Amino acid sequence: MIPVAFEYFAPATVDEALGLLREHSDAKVLAGGQSLMPALRLRLAAPEVIVDIQKIDDLRGVRDDGDALVIGAMTPHSTVESDPLVAEHARLIALATATVGDPQIRHRGTFGGSLAHADPAADLPVVAVALDASFVIAGPDGRRTVPASEFFQGVFSTALGEDELLVEVRVPKYTGWGAHYEKFNRVAQGWSIVSVAAAVRLDGDSIAEARVGLGNMGSTPVRATAVEAALVGQPATADAVREAAARAADGTSPVSDINGDADYRRHLATVLTRRAVLAAAGTA
Amino acid sequence: MTATEERPATEIGASRRRKEDARLITGRTRWTDNIVLPGLQHIAMVRSPFAHARITSIDAEAAKAASGVVAVITGADIADEQGALPNAWAIIPDQKAPVHPSMAVDHVAFAGEIVAMVIARTAAEANDAADLVDVDYEELEPALELKAAARDEVIAHPDLGTNVSAVWSYDSAESGTGGDVEAAIAAARDGGIVIEEEFRQQRLIPAFMEPRSIVVDPTTEQMTVWSATQVPHFVKIFIALVLGIPESKVRVIAPDVGGGFGGKLQFTPEEVLTVIAARRTGKPCKYTETRSESLMAAHHGRDQWQQVTLAANADGTVTGLKVELIADMGAYLGLVTSAIPLLGAFMYNGIYKFPAYHIGITNVFTNKTWTDAYRGAGRPEATYAIERLMDELAARVGVDALEIRERNWIKHEEFPFSTVSGLRYDSGNYEAATAKARELFGYDDLRAEQRKRRESGDPVQLGIGVSTFTEMCGLAPSRWLGSMGYVGGGWEHAAVRMLPTGKVEVVTGTSPHGQGHETAWSQLVADRLGVAFEDVEVLHGDTQVAVRGLDTYGSRSLAVGGMAVLAAADKVIEKAKPIAAQLLEANADDLDFSGGRYGVRGTDAGMTMAELAFAVFQGHKLDGSAEGCLDADATLDPDDFSFPHGTHLCAVEVDTETGATKIRSYVCVDDVGVVVNPMIVEGQVHGGIAQGIAQALFEEALHDDSGTLVTGSFDQYTLPAAPDLPTFETARTETPATTNQLGVKGVGEAGTIASTPAVVNAIVDALRPLGVTDVPMPCTPYRVWTAIQKSASQEGSRS
Repeated sequence: MIPVAFEYFAPATVDEALGLLREHSDAKVLAGGQSLMPALRLRLAAPEVIVDIQKIDDLRGVRDDGDALVIGAMTPHSTVESDPLVAEHARLIALATATVGDPQIRHRGTFGGSLAHADPAADLPVVAVALDASFVIAGPDGRRTVPASEFFQGVFSTALGEDELLVEVRVPKYTGWGAHYEKFNRVAQGWSIVSVAAAVRLDGDSIAEARVGLGNMGSTPVRATAVEAALVGQPATADAVREAAARAADGTSPVSDINGDADYRRHLATVLTRRAVLAAAGTA
Repeated sequence: MTATEERPATEIGASRRRKEDARLITGRTRWTDNIVLPGLQHIAMVRSPFAHARITSIDAEAAKAASGVVAVITGADIADEQGALPNAWAIIPDQKAPVHPSMAVDHVAFAGEIVAMVIARTAAEANDAADLVDVDYEELEPALELKAAARDEVIAHPDLGTNVSAVWSYDSAESGTGGDVEAAIAAARDGGIVIEEEFRQQRLIPAFMEPRSIVVDPTTEQMTVWSATQVPHFVKIFIALVLGIPESKVRVIAPDVGGGFGGKLQFTPEEVLTVIAARRTGKPCKYTETRSESLMAAHHGRDQWQQVTLAANADGTVTGLKVELIADMGAYLGLVTSAIPLLGAFMYNGIYKFPAYHIGITNVFTNKTWTDAYRGAGRPEATYAIERLMDELAARVGVDALEIRERNWIKHEEFPFSTVSGLRYDSGNYEAATAKARELFGYDDLRAEQRKRRESGDPVQLGIGVSTFTEMCGLAPSRWLGSMGYVGGGWEHAAVRMLPTGKVEVVTGTSPHGQGHETAWSQLVADRLGVAFEDVEVLHGDTQVAVRGLDTYGSRSLAVGGMAVLAAADKVIEKAKPIAAQLLEANADDLDFSGGRYGVRGTDAGMTMAELAFAVFQGHKLDGSAEGCLDADATLDPDDFSFPHGTHLCAVEVDTETGATKIRSYVCVDDVGVVVNPMIVEGQVHGGIAQGIAQALFEEALHDDSGTLVTGSFDQYTLPAAPDLPTFETARTETPATTNQLGVKGVGEAGTIASTPAVVNAIVDALRPLGVTDVPMPCTPYRVWTAIQKSASQEGSRS
């Protein structure tokens, strides 16, 4: 449980951090440390350099930017969970964040750290995909913005280059939408076997728009676009939602492991999607 | 003490807050890993990644040259010095077992077996150098699947020629304790009921909170060994026997120890190797395992296949039980590995009157981590099998699960009762415990709700699980242990000393690692000697202080160790009598001892124990007619076991769409005899239930096809935490044991034994209308859902 020796830097600015990443080819960025620290201690990761970005205050906080909400990459889960702007414009994020680990983990772990780690069973990537968030990445040539659908590229793999840093995430406002996060796991602190993030906008009694994200149904989180399309214009009733949710697993390729085979995960996706959408509609 | 605090009428029965908790909870105490000595060196182990292999070469040169490294030791280096690790319990005279080295020399038999160790000046340097030790292996085919191993399809230890370590059986007809089980089964096939089932006791990992840690100081005349162990006295003897060090030159200290659950009832390779490292380098050495090493290489528990046949009359009266079990020893025999199934063999009849019984046990080696005691040790397995069967029987007969048990259990007026497996249950009242549990649970209301949900086809079904249990506690009468092939005894030792200032020093041979002996023993002695609870100090776990003792396991500490403490206290009272008589100038026959004071009957004259202790310390007024000493030792060997029992009821909601289960309520009524400290009993019951639920729903050690532990971290080995468990409602009945002077029985394992079948019975009960009759443990959502799908497709093919 002792990591391999590494060189440690704690820059105070984004530019300083980028300089260090450019200078050192085998460097790892340390955010809240909730995934990297265990990997280091188990010697599953042995980088030569650690760039600890916890001292970069600019990366923390949630702000209103017109039609979008901007969440700094180093904002701790505990802040996101209780932030009034998040509650008003992107409640799905608050709901999912509240299920991350336990209170200690939520005080240490960060919003951007969880996204950049890109575990397909994690909570926040699913939500980011469902809500069509965009990722602001700083690099040697300035900043670029990548949509969620392109940010996640595989298991633990993202669009982030080795010399780049995720600085903030822009989330379109979903003011007035209903939201629900269904996390299905074996123990409260365990990873999801399957998770479903749903946001729904109602027009009267029928569904005007829907966003549905699926977690751990493949190497990256995915949008259940067939379900979203099928829901539009439907009444938010059990029967209508059940019919639409039956398509939740369309086109997915989930893994088989000790917690369930691919068929079980596909089945769970339909059940959990039905429940998530109905629950989301109930809060709209 | 504040003025408002009321002193309880008696200490026994008072929910005293535990003396030891402040230091244990804050960690401001001497955990072994906290011990630092001048010149301390650190050890890192190199472990085999292969389950079965030959070591073809080890290149340690790079490691030896690395920064801070003092020495690198391989199995070849210490082949003659390390001796062999002991098995203390040959269950048959010609039991087979491979030599059990602390460090593999040329053959590794499980993934995680130690092949080399690095001694360095810092822990970090030891770890870094361990990565540089280059071991070449020739992989061999591992024996992994237990049933195939029992058939010798692949041999775990080629030199042994077979995987079968021992075959043991007990038959009530042969032993004269009952009838012929085959005849009972044959009779039941004709008009009665025969139930045949196979249950899997999955492999579990004890997962104590404090990983194992050892510090050895060889620089003093007497080598001092600190170890996070349950059994310091065992460790002392075995260091002497295995390494040839005179016993008088070894001192073993178990300082505060953070949990064990049987997992630290062991003499370990790591202990031997840390002693060797210290002895060879002449300097203090420390080894503390990582959590990954602990999960992989500290002994595992359970892992059995149980094939059971129950015969009954049409009315549900059981006429016979037959058990054939295969038990996985893993790669080697530890201290009592071989006897774990044996400890269950006497409990398969549970609380019931069975006229005929047979059990056959086959102990088998595989290339997995060796198994040994884990909370309950054999008795949870037995209780699981019989309690699952009783539910099946109820379903077959078409009566309520509680009713079928009542038709078969021993009535309270029938005690003492000699069982079909040859034990004598001294006491019990199953009717009272069950009636109380039934009422607290709201049994009838829950059954009504269950009916409603079934009728409406609710996707969330409700199941009600029943489990009763009894167990043999207070390990153990030495004569019984000897008759079963165990090399050691089961007695316990204590000393009680009056100190000059009126304080009392108690020395116990038990070795608590979370049980609260300091508190409970203080209550016992305060009550008996009539001194304040706060004035009693309990010492333990250091073989130079607690010279004699047999440590803590098997729910033995209070029933054996606590009773030794009382016996020592009684001797102190006896020794004080002639001294009091002399000082009070009274006839000893006219003295009464009460409330901590010898008084002269019919007068106000008297002396307290504190006054007597000071008079003895001064010695000024003693005339020499009596020994001037208020210290006493006592050794106590119990005449028989004690038999706690209980009824546990569990309501589980099963989501038939996903297979998810949720325990809605859990009620237990335990009868552990006389209770010394209800809060401690409650804590034991809570922890025990949690651990038993964990077997039912969460935990399983899994290996891949090459024998690598897949569940090698807490990420995969799913221990439940507080959010995963319900609120437990606990209550008690109190039927005193007749086998010890206080009437206590033991509670350490009770909850673990009863809760596992209660939970699984509830899940099966919920799904029985869907055709489900069993779900293998742990009942994960995936397994529950799969069981539902399977019976649905069977129903479909039948219609």
